[in-house]
Amino acid sequence: MSTHSLHTPRDTDIGTPGSAHGHDSRRSYRIGVALSILLTVVPFWLVMSKALPNPTATAAIIFVLAMIQIVVHVVSFLHLDTRSEGGWTLLAFLFTAVIVVLTIAGSVWVMYHLNANMMPMPDAAMGPMH
Amino acid sequence: MTDRMGDIRETDIRWHPTEMEEHDHGGGATVLGFWIYLMSDALIFASLFAMFGVVSSSYAGGPGPRQLFDLPLVALNTALLLASSITFGQAIPHMEAGRVGPTRTWLAVTGLLGAAFVGIEFYEFAHLVQEGAGPQRSAFLSAFFTLVGTHGAHVTVGLIWIATMLVQLGQHGLTGEMKRRIICLSMFWHFLDIIWIGVFNFVYLFGVIR
Repeated sequence: MSTHSLHTPRDTDIGTPGSAHGHDSRRSYRIGVALSILLTVVPFWLVMSKALPNPTATAAIIFVLAMIQIVVHVVSFLHLDTRSEGGWTLLAFLFTAVIVVLTIAGSVWVMYHLNANMMPMPDAAMGPMH
Repeated sequence: MTDRMGDIRETDIRWHPTEMEEHDHGGGATVLGFWIYLMSDALIFASLFAMFGVVSSSYAGGPGPRQLFDLPLVALNTALLLASSITFGQAIPHMEAGRVGPTRTWLAVTGLLGAAFVGIEFYEFAHLVQEGAGPQRSAFLSAFFTLVGTHGAHVTVGLIWIATMLVQLGQHGLTGEMKRRIICLSMFWHFLDIIWIGVFNFVYLFGVIR
């Protein structure tokens, strides 16, 4: 029992990160709120006010802002970090992100080239098939 | 020998707080399991986004995004869903502190914002169908209704879940099980807002720029 009293300061030491974590998560939430509002308003403003004459540049900026906003939401609102659930949530998220990118980018890429390489088919050619 | 005892005790102490923390958040296994569900749901949306991406310019001679999409309405809807995500975040500290009243209030506010979102989406869909731009008009519109409709269906399920929590909070108060359910619901709700980031940027804004 006497050894327990020796460890008491250590116990309080360990207690502090817990409360600091709560404080950190509130702070991360508030930063997330501010950033998410900004990252929502800017793309709408860019498109609705036609601020940039070049649509490709507008699309590129919107794409980058959307990616940033997804990361902000995942970190501040879903509290994804390297520690939660022993790192398994992060691993599952990264795996999902790889599959999502492969599915979307792969489909769009392949089907675009498929369309571009298709022989143009006049309506007359389709006649006998019906 | 005494040193070794000390070592063991230190590791004991080091591990205990994390276990306690997991119990506080209402069961780590459930939260991890729910996270895996959200990731698989993200894959469903990925395939819908991929389909939309492939046919997003296949109008079949019908109307395109520029004629159909009403950006101020989309901006309003985006604001409603983002606000509902923020109000849900307001409920969490009250829930962790065990205050039933404010938890219910913030959940109810979140539910009302979500209901307004679904209501506006219904209005938008009804308007499109009325204009002859229903899901059967072109591949673009089929993919649009499937993607946005699947998201809207998820939000509707979230609304039913919020209503259930409001009733159960009145019955049980903030027990460990209730906290766990609300934590899972908050993950679900924030997840739906993340999917909407993809929808408003890549469906609506990209469609209008095109």
